[in-house]
Amino acid sequence: MSTILSVTDVSKRFGGLQALDVKKFDVTEGTVHGIIGPNGAGKSTFLNCLIGKLIPDTGTVNFNGKSVLGLKPHEINQAGVSRVFQTPEIFSDLTILENVMIPSLAHRDGAFKVNWWPRLDTDSEIRNHAISTLEDIGLADKMHNHAGAMSRGDKRRLEMAMCLSQSPKLLLLDEPTAGMSRADTNATIDLLKGLSKSHGLTKVIIEHDMHVVFSLCDRISVLAQGQIIAEGTPDEIRGNPKVQEAYLGGVEV
Amino acid sequence: MLGLKFSDFALFMLVVLCVALAPILLNPFPASSELAQFNAGYPDLLQRFVIFGVFAVGFNILFGLTGYLSFGHAAFLGIGSYAAIWMMKLLTMNVIPAIILSVIVAGVFSLLVGYISLRRSGIYFSILTLAFAEMSYALAYSVLTPITGGETGLQPKLSDPRILDAELSAGESPAANLFGIGMRDSYIVNFGDWVFTFNAGYYIAGLFLLVAFYLSIRIFRSPFGTMLRAVKSNQNRMSYTGLNTKPYTLAAFVISGMYAGLAGGLLVAMDSQVGPERMFWTASGEVVLMTILGGAGTLIGPVLGAGAIKYMENILSKINETVLKGWFEFLPDAASEWVVLFLNMFTGKSWHLTLGLIFMLVVIFLPGGLVEGGQRIARLFGIGKKRNQTVESDSAASK
Repeated sequence: MSTILSVTDVSKRFGGLQALDVKKFDVTEGTVHGIIGPNGAGKSTFLNCLIGKLIPDTGTVNFNGKSVLGLKPHEINQAGVSRVFQTPEIFSDLTILENVMIPSLAHRDGAFKVNWWPRLDTDSEIRNHAISTLEDIGLADKMHNHAGAMSRGDKRRLEMAMCLSQSPKLLLLDEPTAGMSRADTNATIDLLKGLSKSHGLTKVIIEHDMHVVFSLCDRISVLAQGQIIAEGTPDEIRGNPKVQEAYLGGVEV
Repeated sequence: MLGLKFSDFALFMLVVLCVALAPILLNPFPASSELAQFNAGYPDLLQRFVIFGVFAVGFNILFGLTGYLSFGHAAFLGIGSYAAIWMMKLLTMNVIPAIILSVIVAGVFSLLVGYISLRRSGIYFSILTLAFAEMSYALAYSVLTPITGGETGLQPKLSDPRILDAELSAGESPAANLFGIGMRDSYIVNFGDWVFTFNAGYYIAGLFLLVAFYLSIRIFRSPFGTMLRAVKSNQNRMSYTGLNTKPYTLAAFVISGMYAGLAGGLLVAMDSQVGPERMFWTASGEVVLMTILGGAGTLIGPVLGAGAIKYMENILSKINETVLKGWFEFLPDAASEWVVLFLNMFTGKSWHLTLGLIFMLVVIFLPGGLVEGGQRIARLFGIGKKRNQTVESDSAASK
């Protein structure tokens, strides 16, 4: 198994605050890698540095052997990285089917194409692809409804369908279960587990909820005060005294 | 049919029919009757209906699809007009080169304005476009007077070169034409007490409206149009979906600018004159009103809105105090005086008050514009589909 995402010496300062200082972070292809840490540990900053929303002050970010540092979010997506947001970001005014057709179009036609003459609803390639993705994720029966009217759980599933329709190499999930009930959380875990089996794609999950991380991830990195203080399998992390300390207070490690 | 799904094709055919029969449909009252002043089937107004229809259809591609509210679209209309009049002065009175150049020049100018204005969104975008339009207006009035004719505007003159046209014979004045068909040529039919005027200029402009409307349907239903709706819905999601939103908004801006240029060229083709007031900010505001009144984001809405506003502007404003007095003669003097005084606030010179009231009512009670009003009436009588069924049938038709 090769390394698909490799981060070295990435740091970011906001004024006087050293928000992030990650010496080394590697993700192996085909694995589920979790990033956990207490509030304010720099998890979201780290993700934003990977996805192109923030440009780190120093360091390198290599995806699939190429540097993606300084690229715009849409360019990083075109390279094969999809992102699920903390609160689902979907096209609320459009139908569920259109929501999935748009990422498929972006995947096929690139970042910009004035494709104004043909009809979208007769584009069977895009349409069938979108429908089959919706079937995978269990939303196909509602595909002509407006996306904005769905429940939060369904919006989350739709957002994942949108990402999966692009067949990304790497899927980044920012707190996929934030604000969910225990039942919804478990449903999301099952959904993500199912995806791992059928698609075999690499995932990086940023999560607050230990339960989710320990039941999903193959490897876990622990962030505290912008630094990775521990990395290993779920069992190693569970027994690591540093992690316990970071979570229970007294972060001076 | 024509590459459109059935419902769109039916709508398009309805518009074709309305444009073809407008001189009859809009002249329902006999010429000698009291109500003849409500007739809108005369060439000058009909031409305005279709030309401002083109303008609003183009504006709707920007505002209705991407949600970017431009307050400076009259600048593109004005610039298209100036380009057209110069073609008429230098090249030929044939309208085709004039219209082609007006579209190109407006497109280039909107590329420039759009590139700068689209760096911001929301109210800042609106203000930037307004600033550009006001700048164009001020320039046309002052430093650009050699090109724009300043306050007096431009008209074709006998002394203009017009290198492609033959010499005019004595006493003949240059008239806009399409390969010899004069824009003012009309075919008048007297049918009983009715007078129907079939004007060549109107039908030529109408043809342009139909082409513009057809292209707008294609854009609405295409992948490109769907991307523009995605811009309106969630730009953040779009960029994380691998789409570069900036060129999409710029393309929509340029397309709508070219539509505005086409409308400007057509205006010149019809009346062969242009002045800077065409670029004034009220003209930019008018197209916003037309689009919202008819229904932004709908296909037919802008055309309806343009028609409604131009009808009020031309018909309502003609009902002055004298006309009102004539209507209410039968009332006792005191009562008639009060009624006339009251109604006079809404008609004649003050027709804007009626427009304002109607606009308020539409925005408050029919956020989807006149189109939504039509849909509600249709549902009331059990015609037409319920809202959630519409989408279903769309997909069925495409299979």
